Amino acid sequence: MSTATPAQIETPKPAAQAGVEMTGAEMVIQALRDQGVDTLFGYPGGAVLPIYDAIFQSEDMRHILVRHEQGAGHAAEGYARSTGKVGVALVTSGPGATNMVTPLADALLDSIPMVVITGQVPTHLIGTDAFQECDTVGITRSCTKHNWLVSRIEDLAAILHEAFHVARSGRPGPVVVDIPKDVQFARGVYVPPQDAPARSKRVTRAVDETRIAEAIELMANARRPIFYTGGGVINAGSAASDALRALVAETNFPITSTLMGLGAYPASGPNWLGMLGMHGAYEANHAMHNCDVMICIGARFDDRVTGRLDAFSPNSAKIHIDIDPSSINKNVRVDVPIIAGATEAIEALLSAWRARNAPTPKIDLWWKRIEEWRARKCFAYAASDDIIKPQYAIERLFAATRGQDVYITTEVGQHQMWAAQYFHFDEPKRWMTSGGLGTMGYGLPAALGVQAAHPGSLVIDIAGEASVQMTMQEMSTAVQHNLPIKVFILNNEWMGMVRQWQQLLHGERYSHSYSAALPDFVKMAEAFGCTGIRADRPDELDAKIKQMIETPGPVLFDCRVAREENCFPMIPSGKAHNEMILADDVTHARIDDAGKKLV
Amino acid sequence: MPNTIESRTLAILVDNEPGVLARVVGMFSARGYNIESLTVAETDVGAHTSRITVVTRGDPQTIEQIKAQLDRIVSVRRVADVTRDPNGVLRELALVKVVASGQDRIESLRVSEIFRAKVIDTTLESFIFEITGASDKIDAYVELMRPLGLTELSRTGVLSIHRGRETDLAPQGAAHVV
Repeated sequence: MSTATPAQIETPKPAAQAGVEMTGAEMVIQALRDQGVDTLFGYPGGAVLPIYDAIFQSEDMRHILVRHEQGAGHAAEGYARSTGKVGVALVTSGPGATNMVTPLADALLDSIPMVVITGQVPTHLIGTDAFQECDTVGITRSCTKHNWLVSRIEDLAAILHEAFHVARSGRPGPVVVDIPKDVQFARGVYVPPQDAPARSKRVTRAVDETRIAEAIELMANARRPIFYTGGGVINAGSAASDALRALVAETNFPITSTLMGLGAYPASGPNWLGMLGMHGAYEANHAMHNCDVMICIGARFDDRVTGRLDAFSPNSAKIHIDIDPSSINKNVRVDVPIIAGATEAIEALLSAWRARNAPTPKIDLWWKRIEEWRARKCFAYAASDDIIKPQYAIERLFAATRGQDVYITTEVGQHQMWAAQYFHFDEPKRWMTSGGLGTMGYGLPAALGVQAAHPGSLVIDIAGEASVQMTMQEMSTAVQHNLPIKVFILNNEWMGMVRQWQQLLHGERYSHSYSAALPDFVKMAEAFGCTGIRADRPDELDAKIKQMIETPGPVLFDCRVAREENCFPMIPSGKAHNEMILADDVTHARIDDAGKKLV
Repeated sequence: MPNTIESRTLAILVDNEPGVLARVVGMFSARGYNIESLTVAETDVGAHTSRITVVTRGDPQTIEQIKAQLDRIVSVRRVADVTRDPNGVLRELALVKVVASGQDRIESLRVSEIFRAKVIDTTLESFIFEITGASDKIDAYVELMRPLGLTELSRTGVLSIHRGRETDLAPQGAAHVV
């Protein structure tokens, strides 16, 4: 079953190049062109020079030169997540390929379609420990959906087309095509996509109507229902989000979402409970714990979502829609599994719901309980007139960007959770964050990819001062390619989430989580040739944010925030959804030994 | 769901391409699953397919997860659980070296006759026996031969095939998702 929506299937251009002889390097460019690629992110090196030569001679292929291969990978991810298209990166052999491992693992865990082309030493040198040789397909086997070493020019075009098919079909993911340098130089006959041999496994599966009927039966008799949706709805394209909104409106069921699924249902919508999970909303987690019917769509019961597994939503019947059969019953046993793409499954649920012969379930009492949880105001925090609270900074950033065409990326840590809590998304594909792998350094290069895909939009990386230093060199890329990203750094001088865990779990022994020698980010911005802005006080924040948004080029914004603020609410390790702790209730934050052993 | 850990035999039809065995074995090691035995060889040159037979252990939920994870591998075409299938035949081959003289040497021949093991090499001090059968039959044979001078043992791991006209791994289109 393919999640590909009409928008995702790039119609191949007329195969003017069918049967034409060309070099392997030229084939790479032609295959990218035929797959609808207009932008690639990369870094040259010895083993990909023939492909760079072909790029030099082709006028229609836009190449964004990064400063480190990891940046190319995350940029391709940002491009993919914000467009629904396949992101493409091109790097050399050896260290070029090994530097790509983190983005590949990141894209695999978050189901991001990405094609990475790596150069390899010539075939006759493979296995001789040649200069810049590494076993790329061996190293990337467990962090890709599939990978290929192209040993013959005759196979190259077909493998490239298959790579795009594998990356975007089913549950999307990253793939690697490793091309030895002699294959790039060799001449062969180009095979266009429509003529390329397809692997036998390309089959679709229809939505199981019996399962849909079982799901509708549960939903129609529910007293305490909840939708729990995830990144699969985003990946399935805007048709899935539209169908989800219609289904929520017609059922009037409450809805929560994972970190990856934010924006599929609008945060301003009446049924929205906020994000669930470790730092999710009190009302969302309590509703999950107390529901009697759970409809999970395109989410995978991740440990950050479920909390203690044996106490997870103990009294609910669970419906699980996922395109990947391995997600079903992996962590949590479900009652009605539906293996399907999100669009097809939600549309099937919607039409079955409309056709049902049952009265609308009475869930007024359920909504009343939810309102009681909402009244707890779990995101309240102690405001300050003297220092900028990080939550306040995100609130002001959100307010300042209303009515604008804005995309948000993040790094990983406290700032990421605050962004998820205080910045609200009404549309899908507007929120790019490293969910599964939790990659510090993701946000800045991802913002480059988003900006490359959406040149006129406002692209903001909400960052922490620790994360952003991991890929800071990519500011140079932003300047070179006129990508006017805004890097909004919540600078508390600590690795905030590490510090928070050390405080709560390790007896306030702050081992190596303080950065005693931070750079001056304003001067650093100037050194890169872009704009640096610093805000120290709450009363200057709005004006400085406005200045950042109005600056035409890239900006590093050093927002000096309260240093020891913790991120709440929080489900402590090893606890259940109904054992959340809130900012005003931290005395309960005792974590037992079993909890300490969890990540 | 009872959490009974049991041994299961999976037959896996894969595209015969470089690295495919590493993909299958790597999935087991990466996710912490156990491999008790493994056999692999190309079985259809024309269709470019190989058959991998894996014996693994786990509770029913783990086995379902292993099958689903195998099915995610792009090079895997079909996965079938052939454990205790009344229509399935499971066979293993073993080569057993016995170094003995006198009564032990004679007894090893007699036991081998009972198990229908063949002598495929002999010297005045040694035999090599070849035996095929289900794994538990070979286990029993090996245990009897140990006190009789068994010095070396080589086993293939389990092979499986369906009885009658039907096949375990027929290419049935609609079961797969890439």
